[in-house]
Amino acid sequence: MKNARHFCWPVARRTLFMSPKSLTESASKGTCASVLPPLSDEASLYVHWPYCLKRCSYCNFNKYISRSVNHSAMTECLQRETETLLKLSRVSRITSVFFGGGTPSLAQPATIAAVLERVSQHAQLPEEAEVTLEVNPTPAGTSRLKDFIDAGINRLSIGVQSLNDEDLKLLGRDHSSQHALHTISEARRLCPGRVSVDVMFGRPGQSVASWETELEKLLAVCDHHVSLYQLTLERGTQLFKQVQRGELTMPTEDVTATMYMTARDILEMHGFRQYEVSNFARSGAVSEHNLGYWKGQQYIGVGPGAHGRFMPHLEGSVQREARTQTLEPDVWMSEVQKFGHATRRWISLSHLALLEEVLVMGLRMTDGITHQHWKLFSPSDNLHAVLGQSGDVQELQQRGLLILDDRGLRCSWEGLALLDSLLPTLLLQLETYVRSQGRRGNKDFIQPQHREGQQRR
Amino acid sequence: MQLSLFNTRGQVMPLMTRFLDLKICTIRRRTQDYSTICTLVRHRWMKSAVICLPEHISKGYSSSAEKRGIDMSNFPVDKIRNFSIIAHIDHGKSTLADRLLEITGAIVKTEKNKQVLDKLQVERERGITVKAQTASLFYTHQDETYLLNLIDTPGHVDFSYEVSRSISACQGVLLVVDANQGIQAQTVANFYLAFEAQLAIIPVINKIDLKNADPERVEKQIEKVFDIPKEECIRISAKQGTNVEQVLQEVVKRIPAPTAKKEDPFRALVFDSTFDHYRGVVANIALFGGQVSKGDKISSAHLGKTYEVNELGVLRPDEHPTKTLYAGQVGYIIAGMKEVKEAQIGDTLYHHKQPVEPLPGFKPAKAMVFAGMYPMDQSEYMALRGAVEKLTLNDSSVTVQRDSSLALGAGWRLGFLGLLHMEVFNQRLEQEYNASVIVTAPTVPYKAVLTAAKLIKEHGQEEITIVNPAQFPDRSMVSEYLEPMVLGTIIAPDDFTGKIMTLCLNRRATQKNMIYIDEHRVMMKYIFPLNEIVVDFYDSLKSMSSGYASFDYEDAGYQPADLIKMDFLLNGKPVEELTTIVHKDKAYSMGKAMCERLKDSIPRQMFEIAVQASIGSKVIARETIKAYRKNVLAKCYGGDITRKMKLLKKQAEGKKKMRRIGNVEVPKDAFINVLKRKDK
Repeated sequence: MKNARHFCWPVARRTLFMSPKSLTESASKGTCASVLPPLSDEASLYVHWPYCLKRCSYCNFNKYISRSVNHSAMTECLQRETETLLKLSRVSRITSVFFGGGTPSLAQPATIAAVLERVSQHAQLPEEAEVTLEVNPTPAGTSRLKDFIDAGINRLSIGVQSLNDEDLKLLGRDHSSQHALHTISEARRLCPGRVSVDVMFGRPGQSVASWETELEKLLAVCDHHVSLYQLTLERGTQLFKQVQRGELTMPTEDVTATMYMTARDILEMHGFRQYEVSNFARSGAVSEHNLGYWKGQQYIGVGPGAHGRFMPHLEGSVQREARTQTLEPDVWMSEVQKFGHATRRWISLSHLALLEEVLVMGLRMTDGITHQHWKLFSPSDNLHAVLGQSGDVQELQQRGLLILDDRGLRCSWEGLALLDSLLPTLLLQLETYVRSQGRRGNKDFIQPQHREGQQRR
Repeated sequence: MQLSLFNTRGQVMPLMTRFLDLKICTIRRRTQDYSTICTLVRHRWMKSAVICLPEHISKGYSSSAEKRGIDMSNFPVDKIRNFSIIAHIDHGKSTLADRLLEITGAIVKTEKNKQVLDKLQVERERGITVKAQTASLFYTHQDETYLLNLIDTPGHVDFSYEVSRSISACQGVLLVVDANQGIQAQTVANFYLAFEAQLAIIPVINKIDLKNADPERVEKQIEKVFDIPKEECIRISAKQGTNVEQVLQEVVKRIPAPTAKKEDPFRALVFDSTFDHYRGVVANIALFGGQVSKGDKISSAHLGKTYEVNELGVLRPDEHPTKTLYAGQVGYIIAGMKEVKEAQIGDTLYHHKQPVEPLPGFKPAKAMVFAGMYPMDQSEYMALRGAVEKLTLNDSSVTVQRDSSLALGAGWRLGFLGLLHMEVFNQRLEQEYNASVIVTAPTVPYKAVLTAAKLIKEHGQEEITIVNPAQFPDRSMVSEYLEPMVLGTIIAPDDFTGKIMTLCLNRRATQKNMIYIDEHRVMMKYIFPLNEIVVDFYDSLKSMSSGYASFDYEDAGYQPADLIKMDFLLNGKPVEELTTIVHKDKAYSMGKAMCERLKDSIPRQMFEIAVQASIGSKVIARETIKAYRKNVLAKCYGGDITRKMKLLKKQAEGKKKMRRIGNVEVPKDAFINVLKRKDK
């Protein structure tokens, strides 16, 4: 649970505990396009490695800290599930691969190689396709970087989190700032121009000034990509308890807002362009894989608790599904062995649900949603028609938070920091519009055939 | 329903059980529409149940007489005593009543006899009496059997209308005072009710068994405050039964018999009524003349309707049917009245062919405190309406007016006699009807004297009562506003005098007088605006005096007041449901407090929100809710979408339910938090 991608983990767990009913509700009311979903013959691939060596104090997730990982069984199962889902999706091309966790740099390079090999057997995996590995900057991880690259990795995302040793201890990380700096330089040497660093702000006791200094220090050594995340206090974590007991104090909302704004300015001054809420790149070194999520592209999730969004073409479906794999590694493994995959939940996304995701994810990008992008998903109703008429949406524009123009729909600089306050208004308007179209009998919004279930076998 | 075979058992039983081996069996049988349980007492070797009973009683109670019930003709007026027990809360009124019932055999003596007359759950929990109950006791004194009618009364001044009702059926009262606590505020209020009704007052000093009891000091207080010679006080311990017998003897000796005459035409006062789903209205009556029997045709003076008496009897304290009730007696009557309105409290009943001069009735109970009551969820409206209707059926002192609020939906504005009354009503709704309600902060009925001819015509009168702030007429239309006042009595140890005076001063009170009722205790009288005591006065008083001060109040009419209407604004837009009427001197502190509460209840939004209190166009208080500067999920990748979408959809749904004031979105519970009475 150390790197940028680790967030799929807790989310996967929460999703599992949601009742099937609540999951189906959102899907059951919507409508669906009668045309094939866009870009349906390609997808990205996410591979989840569930194990960690140690629990971080801010991580609210019961992750798997296992002393003896059965690497060969994991390898076999990851390969098998990759194969099954690739066949199910009938995609001909995998555009990018991301190994996240957990701590995927604890996996054996051979496992990475085996999975990539299996991908190549069933779909086209272009030579230049981005293949990212989340790396924990420990000496052990660093020493194996070369092997990972030999296995097929061509982009490294390093979970630096902080350059302050006290804070790293507080966060329960198993590396020091020295390790982090060493890993960065080693990664840059092996993978020039394709190294990303994750850093966390809003840490207990952190001030705006110390954050600025730390960020400057990091920018002096880092490569062309930075992800910065605000630390969120999750219930049930060690950190949460410490804050509750009054041992630690979290910075106030105003302070963290300032930290975020300052960081955006500093990064810009260093030539980094913000392309998403938390992601900054220079020299065009954006993460193609992550952009895929925000642009509403298909992705296949493999491994315990992984999420996917794709159309199971093999079964004759023309609807995209939201899919979740079984969470617990052991159960996941035995299901994969028995059934070829361990999809625990799948829900057909209605036309409305798909548009909602396109909107929510798309607005996270500074470029927002272009008209062409929107048209892929909503061929007959453009953004002006869907959102432009709403008084509430117009008010957001007048406040200078949202822009709807010839290019498309996007947040202003201030609006991006307030995105979650803008979205409910936009979602309400989208729903109102789609429902009104449905009443008019527009063929694009006919009720879909509904598919969902517990365990596909 | 329990019917004891030997009504003098209280006296006979201890003796009998001591010497004889008795077997007590309970027989349940059905008579008419209700079941009767009678307790038979018999010795093993006896075949007959009749033992050593006064002749005239055993006559009425032989097994064949059972079906006919008690022959009330055995109790002429001179053998009747009607009395109440009045006391401050917790001074032992109900315990004394239990003992009196036990001694006279109305109830079997057991450990469980606690507050027998307090039937409601809320009464037992709070140790207060809300609804007056009646019990007829048979007591033998110097070989004469007397009928003692104990009419229990509520202890709190909120229920003083109940007290005065009960008192009007009595000729005397037992004024119970705690030997440790001495005279308290309600003792004083209750004393004056009895005194003004010119009743015989027997002071009873209770709890003399307590370690800190100081009956002598209490006797001195009684002498000083009530001008009753200390020799007249009876020292008792109701808990242990000490001297309780003497109380009964004094009731017979000191309280005069009712003046009613059997020969007069039937005339009865309805002093209470309850509603029973199966039998209709059950009216409690006191006969001021004549007699009434089952099958008689009677009329009510108020509505002039005629009814046939289906059932009547005495309360012991359970209903106990008899054939006839006679002058001076107290009992219940069921006469096919279908609505509580038909047995209006204070009404006079008479034989339909012999109209009489109606007895002076009661002033209808006047609502002093108003509060909005709304269902927690609008889907519960119908259920709550049913519960409110049922409850008001047995408590006609609650006024009900439909109301609706933009924030709270459809509900009612209910008028109560006082704060305790309101709390008790709310608690009964929750306990007896399992209804959950939102209660808004209580308000009082203001008045305005109109000057504008047009408005006077519209209202049909010059002086109007304002219950809802929305109806508050503009200053230019009125010559003056009036606010309800109360005369408050505070009794406290003199260590707290300074603090209490400051508190009262802050509540706009004016002192009327202050006397020492003994070396350390002070009784202070203040005229308060009712508005100043409805919310948290009593709590403040209690906490600042470590619980030693007692407080009571009575209605003191209306006084001109500098009243103003205060609006609350969110970004300049008024929030209708928060409009309040407030005294000019209190406008600032009240406005500031409300703004602070609003600030705490309204979530931050994308823009700054000004929360203002204003009078007319003048803003007197302001709080600012700062704008959000950052609200965006840090990480949102492939695995986060499902959860994020769910959260956002929930927020979008919530948005639909928000109340919009201009551009400000306010969750409904924000206003509820502000409007709700503060929890204690």
